[in-house]
Amino acid sequence: MGLTIAVALAVAMASDWQLADLMHTLSQNQPQQATFVEKRYLSVLNQPLESSGELTFIPPNRLEKRTLKPKPESLIVDGDVLIVEQSNRRHLRVNLRERPDISAFVESIRATLAGDQPALEKVYSIELSGTADKWRLSLVPRRQEMVRIVSRIQIAGSQGDLATIEFDFADGDRSEMVVAKARSR
Amino acid sequence: MPSGRLRALAILLIVFFACGFVILRTRFVSDLSAFMPRSPTERQRLLLEQFRDGVIARLVMIGIEGGDAAERARLSRELAARLRSDRQLFVGVQNGDAATAQRDRDYFFQNRYLLAPDISPEHFTAEGLHAALLESLDALSGDAGLLFKGIFPRDPTGETLKVLERFEGHSQPRTVEGVWASPDGELALLLVQTRAAGSDIEAQSRIVSHIRQVFVRIEDRKPDTRLLMSGTGVLSVASRSAIEGEIARLAMASLVLVSCLLLAVYRSPVLFLLGMLPVVLGALVGIAAVSLGFGRVHSLTLGFGTTLIGEAVDYSIYFFIQCLGGASSERFWPTIALGVLTSIAGYSVLLFSGFPSLAQLGLYSISGLVAAALAARYLLPELMPRRTRVRDLRRTGAVLERLFNQAAGLRWAALAIVLAAGAVILAHSGRIWNRQLNALSPVTQEDQRTDARLRSGLGVSDMRYVAAFAANDEQSALQKAEQAGNVLQDLVDRGVIGDYTSPAFVLPSLARQRSRQAALPDPATARGRLHQALEGLPIRADRLGGFLSDLQATRNGGVLTRADLDGTSAEMLVDSLLVRREHDFLVLLPLRSAAAGSAAGQIDIDQVGSALDQARLADVRVVDILEETTNLFDNYLREALILVAIGCVVIGGLLLACLRSTVRTLRVVAPLACSVACVTSALLLCGVQLTILHLIGLLLVVAIGSNYALFFDIDRGIEDRSQVQVSLVVANLTAVSSFGLLGFSRIPLLSAIGTTVGLGTFLALVFSVMLTRPSGYGGLARPSLE
Repeated sequence: MGLTIAVALAVAMASDWQLADLMHTLSQNQPQQATFVEKRYLSVLNQPLESSGELTFIPPNRLEKRTLKPKPESLIVDGDVLIVEQSNRRHLRVNLRERPDISAFVESIRATLAGDQPALEKVYSIELSGTADKWRLSLVPRRQEMVRIVSRIQIAGSQGDLATIEFDFADGDRSEMVVAKARSR
Repeated sequence: MPSGRLRALAILLIVFFACGFVILRTRFVSDLSAFMPRSPTERQRLLLEQFRDGVIARLVMIGIEGGDAAERARLSRELAARLRSDRQLFVGVQNGDAATAQRDRDYFFQNRYLLAPDISPEHFTAEGLHAALLESLDALSGDAGLLFKGIFPRDPTGETLKVLERFEGHSQPRTVEGVWASPDGELALLLVQTRAAGSDIEAQSRIVSHIRQVFVRIEDRKPDTRLLMSGTGVLSVASRSAIEGEIARLAMASLVLVSCLLLAVYRSPVLFLLGMLPVVLGALVGIAAVSLGFGRVHSLTLGFGTTLIGEAVDYSIYFFIQCLGGASSERFWPTIALGVLTSIAGYSVLLFSGFPSLAQLGLYSISGLVAAALAARYLLPELMPRRTRVRDLRRTGAVLERLFNQAAGLRWAALAIVLAAGAVILAHSGRIWNRQLNALSPVTQEDQRTDARLRSGLGVSDMRYVAAFAANDEQSALQKAEQAGNVLQDLVDRGVIGDYTSPAFVLPSLARQRSRQAALPDPATARGRLHQALEGLPIRADRLGGFLSDLQATRNGGVLTRADLDGTSAEMLVDSLLVRREHDFLVLLPLRSAAAGSAAGQIDIDQVGSALDQARLADVRVVDILEETTNLFDNYLREALILVAIGCVVIGGLLLACLRSTVRTLRVVAPLACSVACVTSALLLCGVQLTILHLIGLLLVVAIGSNYALFFDIDRGIEDRSQVQVSLVVANLTAVSSFGLLGFSRIPLLSAIGTTVGLGTFLALVFSVMLTRPSGYGGLARPSLE
């Protein structure tokens, strides 16, 4: 027991870089824009579905995902409200406080971008690996009903930038998003 | 006992029992029929049907406040469960609970091939399937795709979403702790649909107290939690009990006040009781006459009609104080007769009103006044104990005499005020009358706020536009709804209307369901076409087995009937839009506007109507409920104004014929006109817009005030007129106090009449003193009514 703690302490002191540090770095982020390419691997399909577009994050809580291909669509999260606008269709408006499942999806990205550790820990148990220049967060939902939908979310990045976001769904489907930072605003 | 008195008693008893007999068999109604014109147009009939059978009238909106969110959610679930178990009272109860939402999703998913709008043979050709699959792939890659991917293998063409989209067309309330809540989260919300019509106030009243009881009896309920309710039925119940309570309270107060006043003046309980005789008799005869004339008596008529007391009590006051005070009955009774005639002339025009309540009020007032006057004329003198003397009122008379003489000196000031009043009325011309429907509404401000709060939280629209028709049976009703739906969908696509709702969305006609079944391909064909359709698509055919078997299950399965909807929220939609009536079905297709900006919320109903006409659906009528109702009341007001104007002309002619002098007629009419002008301008200056009730109040001012003016007119030349003046002041005090009390009512209906008549009769006396009464003692020629 004592040994374990000693080892853990030694490792922590050696690396001197922890979740709190990553979160601090992220929380310093300015409004930023990035492009994304998302690939969905669904078991019912024999090749991945690809979509691409732009991501905009305005700290602390506005996230915009504008899909340009294959069909224009926008998803905007601002505070507790999520709005999906599809071309030729109605708006879909969701209050995140009422939909913990959708909220969990949103917070995995938004709270990470904002470096909001408490918000993230409320929904996920977090594991951090790697270094400040090449880190990887592994998020496992705490709530059972969420685990039934998504088993794990992995986010990788470097310093304050995100590089990939991967969702592993409970039914074996997978989604992989590659993010490339465009410019600071 | 003298034979005269015996005869009087006999007549009294006969009238009493005859009226009692009629009244006991009378149907008293308190539904909206009072507001319906006697010969309604097609659209007006539809309007009434809307209020009587339509869904709006059957909804009870419930809010639970207090406690915390968890407690409110628990109470919402408990309340919903208990109300749901009562199928006798409630068609449906919704509170947004997960179980109902799950049943809804199951219903729409399992029956998607019977319900979806696009199911046709073309949809299941290789090309049709290919196009639908391509669309689904797009949906899968989108943000909502993660929600859709679970059902995709069994529903690769996306039918469930199309059905859900139509059903959930309107915005849903937000959910807190698994049940509906207000936007601020402070209220748990439920929506209840009653089986009884909203116009059935008795039933609604039972339902309201039933819901309250059920709520109160929920175990371990936190004491700070509270139930809020609203809806057409709830508000009708609330306003009826408020009016009844208010009338009872105010009537009691004014009875006490008037009794004290009369007892103080008469100092004789016998005279006081006898004085009430014409009032009671008048009211009984009035009700009996309306019952015989109209077949039913509306409670509203009774409400208005209590005001009759204000005039009937005057007759006995005049009689006791003047005749017993020594005035000659030769001159007294003709004056009373002329006063009664004037009032009859005023009220008789109401008989021609298309507004049944006004017509009933006309008949009630005329028959009541005649009975009261006859009772005062022929029964009171006989029934009165011999040698009754009214107390000596000469000292009071002398005081009044001085006061009146001084008042006469203010004549010019009064005329200046009247001119100013005229100017005020002119300045307000065009906005004197209130054409808003809710001007007559007895609903309190607080209830209106609660209603708005619950309504916006639940997203229950006011349902302003409706396309409606009747059909003989359920199936022809649904088929016609589908035909009309084709036209309406076309209008949606063209942007004429934003959206519409149809019971056929969730329960298609059997014919439509069978044609959809027939559109589904047989197993071999389906497999072949799917194979073709999948060519070039990244979808794995082996995962779509559920789709093929679901197709066959629907193709060979049964069709949906109303019973299949039990327990879903779609059940409430169907029952509210497909209304089973005694002999037929009423179908309602609510329309929503597409317009934004200045025309927001508006629909061009003529365009919708002509589109339906062209599709040979002319009997599907489109109604703008708001405009139709506003028009209806506007027409009543317009008509009443014309009738009252005619009434004024008739009164003028009558006075001219009886007084045989233009000058005397003008002297009698002048104070009435002045007080009407002053009351009107006073109301306008207070920011009150006049309603039909104010108009009735003004008519009453003329009817009561004409007596004052006539007595002052006839009074010329009488040496001792103090008794007359005392009697007029006493009569005026009773009117002002009883109507003045009504004026303090919180209910607009009552306060409108109260303020108008209270102020008006007072001014009528003041102006009569100034303008009709001769100043000083005069040796003028003695005019009379020959």
